[in-house]
Amino acid sequence: MFKLLESLLIPIAALVLSLVLFSVFIWFSGTNAFEVLGAIYRGAFGSWFSWQNTLVRSAPLMLTALCTALPARIGLINIGGEGAMVVGGVFATLVGISINGMPPFIVISAMVLAGMLTAGMWIGMVGALKHFRNVNETISSLLLNYIAIAIMSYLVLGPMRDPATLNNPSSFHIGVANMIGNIGESSIHGGLIFGLVVCLVLWILMRYTTFGFSVDVIGGNIRAAQISGLPVGKLILITCFLGGAAAGIAGVIEVAAVQGRANLSLNSGYGYAGILVAFLARHNPLAIIPVAILLGGIRASSGLLQRGFDLPDATTMVLQGIIFIVILASEFMYGRIKWLQPRVATHA
Amino acid sequence: MLESDVSYLSVVIAVLGGAIRVGTPFLFVSLGECLTEKSGRINLGLEANLIMGAMSGYGIAYLSGSAWLGVLVAGMTGLVLGMVHSLLCQQERVNDIAVGIAMMMFGTGLAFYLGKPFIQPVAPRLPALELGAWVDSPVLKSALEINALFIIGVILAPLMAWFFRYARWGLIVRTVGESRDAALAMGLNVNLVRMYATMAGGFLAGVGGSFLSLYYPGSWNEGLSSGQGLMAVALVIFARWNPVYCLYASLLFGGAAALGPALQSVGINQGYYLFNAAPYILTLGIMIATSSRKQRFAGMPGEMSNI
Repeated sequence: MFKLLESLLIPIAALVLSLVLFSVFIWFSGTNAFEVLGAIYRGAFGSWFSWQNTLVRSAPLMLTALCTALPARIGLINIGGEGAMVVGGVFATLVGISINGMPPFIVISAMVLAGMLTAGMWIGMVGALKHFRNVNETISSLLLNYIAIAIMSYLVLGPMRDPATLNNPSSFHIGVANMIGNIGESSIHGGLIFGLVVCLVLWILMRYTTFGFSVDVIGGNIRAAQISGLPVGKLILITCFLGGAAAGIAGVIEVAAVQGRANLSLNSGYGYAGILVAFLARHNPLAIIPVAILLGGIRASSGLLQRGFDLPDATTMVLQGIIFIVILASEFMYGRIKWLQPRVATHA
Repeated sequence: MLESDVSYLSVVIAVLGGAIRVGTPFLFVSLGECLTEKSGRINLGLEANLIMGAMSGYGIAYLSGSAWLGVLVAGMTGLVLGMVHSLLCQQERVNDIAVGIAMMMFGTGLAFYLGKPFIQPVAPRLPALELGAWVDSPVLKSALEINALFIIGVILAPLMAWFFRYARWGLIVRTVGESRDAALAMGLNVNLVRMYATMAGGFLAGVGGSFLSLYYPGSWNEGLSSGQGLMAVALVIFARWNPVYCLYASLLFGGAAALGPALQSVGINQGYYLFNAAPYILTLGIMIATSSRKQRFAGMPGEMSNI
């Protein structure tokens, strides 16, 4: 109980502090901070229209956040979500184009599978390098991001390119019939359901199975895990694979629900924002859902800030950066606030 | 001489010239990272220093008309970022790798935000020494244009090696980096030494950033830095925490990064984007080759966590 309260109150306090710091920053650059905060709220959650915008953006964030959160549970700081999303999206497109013409359900399923497999192996590589060669996972995953983008640029601007796309070079279209549609009457595409379901499934896996328990043991103390005979290497590989597969689905969604083609918009920063979501959610897959919606809202308000206040589009990046730093600094507070600690009965 | 021989020769020359030009920011960032890591702390946020240095250096050079003032301000910006990083890291339970990632995001956002007005204007460039004034070949001439910052870096590397070996302060930094307990027993203020080392390292990385915007590529835009800050961390491992080896490694990396553009300049466009990935693949390959499951890296400071 106290623990839950603590892990709710400290992040919320950190968020409030971040908003205050952000306001000061905005004030210094000569804009009314209250109006900007109001606009962020309106752009994110002010109307059904902005809610739809927010939810559409939160779907890939949930999935890329899992790519950092799951490896973090086993003790690895993986920042390869961006690359996994790119790889998953590109190879899913490749599959989608080549079997275009088969029943849509089969095409979409094959695309999701292809995206999960390739992106899962991509991040699995990070885990394997860490486990077998002790290569630092943070650096290797970042390098793989750039390599993934190079592979995508090569394929999309080369062999896979549709010559008809001039202004925004893209691959061939996967076929309109094979697109993932919207939910009901809304403009929210079905990707949101993928995001919610994957978060829920992985939450159950981490919380209620021996697999999840073993992962947490390894993340807590790898020596103890080895001594007690847990298959550390295998678990690291599986966890990294699952995280990568989640980010791969984000790539598939970007292609199959938004663009219809693979293009450079696959590399639009969702992977990096997902790192922040994971840390804010303290690597808990269930907590990722609300945090991703919150961050999706901040990203959705970016357009309104540009139009309404003539602020640069990097404004929301600054806000995200401030939140990240404050959240990390708030780690220091855990266990230090007296009235949040359980009372231990003392005997004379 | 055959036509193809000429073009292959010019590729080699362009790669060598590129090694110096592209390698210079690597050199400064890796020297900065080396200094920071010698004190027992890792700074993954140098990417932020690089890009903030590029932005502030360009902005100040444009506003003041002096490129060198831009370099100085870029360094000071890096210094401040290093201080922030340091203050965060010395808190209990705060992970220095995560702080580095956060600083990277924050710095990139801030640089894009503040740098918006500087995308259009043209700032004065840093001067170069025209060592190739006596040759006719334009390729050779441009390869021999050496920037003053590169020469400063070349002098700085052995100087830093000397500093670690013989200077009193250098020994203090190494003691703090090797063993916190020994440093405490000697009455050293571990956090303070680390903060100074991180700040000085941040200064160097900021200077490296100013090279990007003030010399090569030579303008400020949002795609200026692409992971060089983090690659420097891998580069320092490869260089075994030896500043002089950092110099050689930077040239190697610079050469790898120059490969794609050099091939394109002679008309080889096939796989251009894959050649662009060369420095990243090289870094990854080196990391795999030099890491080991069983033992720690030779020369690695004892206090450094999980690299």
